[in-house]
Amino acid sequence: MNKRLLHSVLFFLLFTATFFAQTIEVCNSCEISTISQAVEKAKPFDTIKIKKGTYKEYNIGITKPLIIIGEGNPVIDGDNKGEIITIQSDNVTIYGLTIVNVGTSYTTDYAAIRVVKSENFLVQNNTLERLFFGIYLEKSNHGKVLNNTIKGDAVNEYNSGNGIQLWHCNNVEVTNNRIRNVRDGIYLEFSDQIEIKNNKSTDNLRYGLHFMFSNNDTYTNNLFENNGAGVAVMFSKFIKMYDNVFRKNWGTASFGLLLKEINDSEIKGNIFEENTVGINIEGSNRIDYTHNDFKSNGWAIKVRGACYANTFSKNNFLYNSFDISYNSNINDNVFDKNYWSNYTGYDLNKNGIGDVPYRPVKLFSYIVNRTPETIILLRSLFIDIIDFSEKVSPVFTPDNLMDNNPLLKPIDHD
Amino acid sequence: MIEIDDLHKKFGKNEVLKGIDLTIDNGGIFAVLGPNGSGKTTLIKSILGMIVPNSGTIKLNGTSIKKSWEYRNDIDYLPQIANFPGNLTVKELIKMIKDLRSTKQANDERLIELFKLQPFLDKKLNNLSGGTKQKVNLVLTFMFDSPLVILDEPTTGLDPISHIRLKELITAEKEKGKTILITSHIMSFVEEIADEIVFLLEGKIYFRGSIPELKTKTEQPDFEHAIASMLSSSYA
Amino acid sequence: MLKILKYSFFDLMRSRWSYVYFLFYLLLGVMLLFLNNDLSKAVITLMNVIIVLVPLIGTIFGVMYYYNSKEFTELLLAQPVKRSSIFLGQYFGVALSLSMSLIIGLGLPFVFYGIFNSGAIWDFSLLLVTGAFLTLIFTALAFVIALANENKIKGFGYAILLWLFMAVIYDGIFLMSLVYFEEYPLDKFSLVATVMNPVDLSRVLILLKLDISALLGYTGAVFQKFFGTSFGFILSSLMLTLWVIVPTYFIQRMAKRKDF
Repeated sequence: MNKRLLHSVLFFLLFTATFFAQTIEVCNSCEISTISQAVEKAKPFDTIKIKKGTYKEYNIGITKPLIIIGEGNPVIDGDNKGEIITIQSDNVTIYGLTIVNVGTSYTTDYAAIRVVKSENFLVQNNTLERLFFGIYLEKSNHGKVLNNTIKGDAVNEYNSGNGIQLWHCNNVEVTNNRIRNVRDGIYLEFSDQIEIKNNKSTDNLRYGLHFMFSNNDTYTNNLFENNGAGVAVMFSKFIKMYDNVFRKNWGTASFGLLLKEINDSEIKGNIFEENTVGINIEGSNRIDYTHNDFKSNGWAIKVRGACYANTFSKNNFLYNSFDISYNSNINDNVFDKNYWSNYTGYDLNKNGIGDVPYRPVKLFSYIVNRTPETIILLRSLFIDIIDFSEKVSPVFTPDNLMDNNPLLKPIDHD
Repeated sequence: MIEIDDLHKKFGKNEVLKGIDLTIDNGGIFAVLGPNGSGKTTLIKSILGMIVPNSGTIKLNGTSIKKSWEYRNDIDYLPQIANFPGNLTVKELIKMIKDLRSTKQANDERLIELFKLQPFLDKKLNNLSGGTKQKVNLVLTFMFDSPLVILDEPTTGLDPISHIRLKELITAEKEKGKTILITSHIMSFVEEIADEIVFLLEGKIYFRGSIPELKTKTEQPDFEHAIASMLSSSYA
Repeated sequence: MLKILKYSFFDLMRSRWSYVYFLFYLLLGVMLLFLNNDLSKAVITLMNVIIVLVPLIGTIFGVMYYYNSKEFTELLLAQPVKRSSIFLGQYFGVALSLSMSLIIGLGLPFVFYGIFNSGAIWDFSLLLVTGAFLTLIFTALAFVIALANENKIKGFGYAILLWLFMAVIYDGIFLMSLVYFEEYPLDKFSLVATVMNPVDLSRVLILLKLDISALLGYTGAVFQKFFGTSFGFILSSLMLTLWVIVPTYFIQRMAKRKDF
């Protein structure tokens, strides 16, 4: 309730401010032909309209509340000289700009748009190309990053930046952005209460979305495709991950989702499809995995190291090369009422639940963990035979790891 | 004309033919005789190219048969055991063998009539008795008009009437001036039809000549005894 | 040769065993599809069947046909036909009729199920093509074994052994050596070992379609090149072809020298 009140007050302030404000136009042939000039000239709460054209500018510092709107796709070309726009004031809006050629540096993280210690910012409908960092939010709260297109040309991790970066931020909404070919699509560090929705983060060098030391964040309905790894959540707590799609994250160290030292989170309604590893879990506890689809992954779930009190229920495991892999034979996690397409049991009492428990960890996955080259023997008859004997009397795999109520039909999640 | 020169054949350690020299002129019936394992079938199969000799040459009308197969157009062969692809019918089999020959002319109709095979034409070969199969075998052999005919145990499994028909057939072929090679265990049959005997023993030609010559040589009044005496003297 | 092929083929097409084989696949296809109602799962199960069963049936059938048609072969040998044509004709006759039983037997249920409107069509066609290749390879190997062994029982024994070796034992030894030498770089070894066994080769060919996500999880550069590009697919197909050509060459060579 408080938050809402705050929002309306802010909106009112903004609205009244805009009402009394002036509009400054910038174009190549206008009296004011550069953005820097316009910014300097403008009074707080003015609107700057940038007309169609190319503006060779960088280091545009904004230190007062302004609304900057691009009309007809104006292009700001930084000529690889450094940072383009730096915002150091509350209530700044950047709308409809195309920013290209951000400078690359090994010492300074140049961004196309940087927001520093500011509140109520809005970065919307911008296109960023040939960049180092895209949108860099630094100790800034209560802002929105909407509908931006970020297209990098990252080749190496060491000299490329992130699409959208949040550092020490709170209550920011990141919605409807399309991010491609950067290092991390979206990167969060020490940022809480962030909401990430409907973004498409694809073809990135490292992660589609990356959490570090960030808590109470939510991401929903995003698509992560063909990244080095889809999403990495590390050293974080209380993250909600709903209805996302993780696809085709292929490669030797590729995951749909990487969980490392994360606790008390919820993973629900996601689709993991054709990833080398659907979810890679290390040292993560008390996480609920429900209603997810794991389809045609190399490994649906790989559990490494200590993971306790996690629950996997009502998920569909469909045609994965391996359903679950463990690197130890101790298990403290619960698997219940999932559908496993590899299940071969029967249901005599016709209650839809298989009468024989399902063991999702195969001996072969243990062997492959040890000697990766053995993967070439996948689905060989010999492997089926040793898997079967391990199933009958488990030695290398956790013997209490089983789904006692494997479903006979895939779950319809609706 | 068949010319065989110093023919040797070993099966593993077992030397079956130890230098056969044999010339058979055109025309007449020649019986190749000998005890079991003497190399009769091996000799015949060598002529047919089914067995590859270790050394020696075989010439048919002056040309070597080595690595050639076309010469078999001029040979009709009756194998010892007649087993055919079971799922073909008699008709299809005859058609197929005709198909394989370059000479398309064949008097199969007459032979089918002769051996009364009409009721079996549409039956599968699997369902025929041994005797009927042998009749089919005979039809396949005699339906072409080749100058050389080789018969390996032709009388096996035949009823008396067919036996007589076969004899008539062989004689008729001889009348046409063909060369006929026969192996048989039935001495009366051989005596009746053979012009000349080639007697094989332990891989060599032990005797070659007409039946009267054989009788004179062994001083035995009848053919069967002559053969027997040859065997016992060789084993003595 | 084509004449012999034709007659062998017709002979087999009328044999009870061809029907049994055909019906088996028909039934398998129907069961997999209509009881399970899951195309992707059916394709995976099918792969296991094809990898294991097709070679077994190919070898047994090949050996059986060779011994059963021995007298017929002799009949043909006395005819004006080239020797190698007889055996190659018979071999292709058997392999062709087996492949057709497989392709039609499995194809029919899948076509009725609507494979043409499904994304699994390529996986499925690849399965059938691989199955046909395996039939060709193992029938050829069976003919080589049969040509080398006059003794029927021995021939059958060797044929079964060959299958057991290729389908199971080989992979066992393969796995042991991989685990035993795990400190050494093994990608080249494992690729070579795969290529040396047609069963493994076809398995990998299908894996390239079904399990590519898992295969890409391995770090080795050679693997990466093999699995990550079309190189693997092309090489596997070439090697499979070679696996048909080499035993076929042996059939021809042995047929030339053999006595009957």
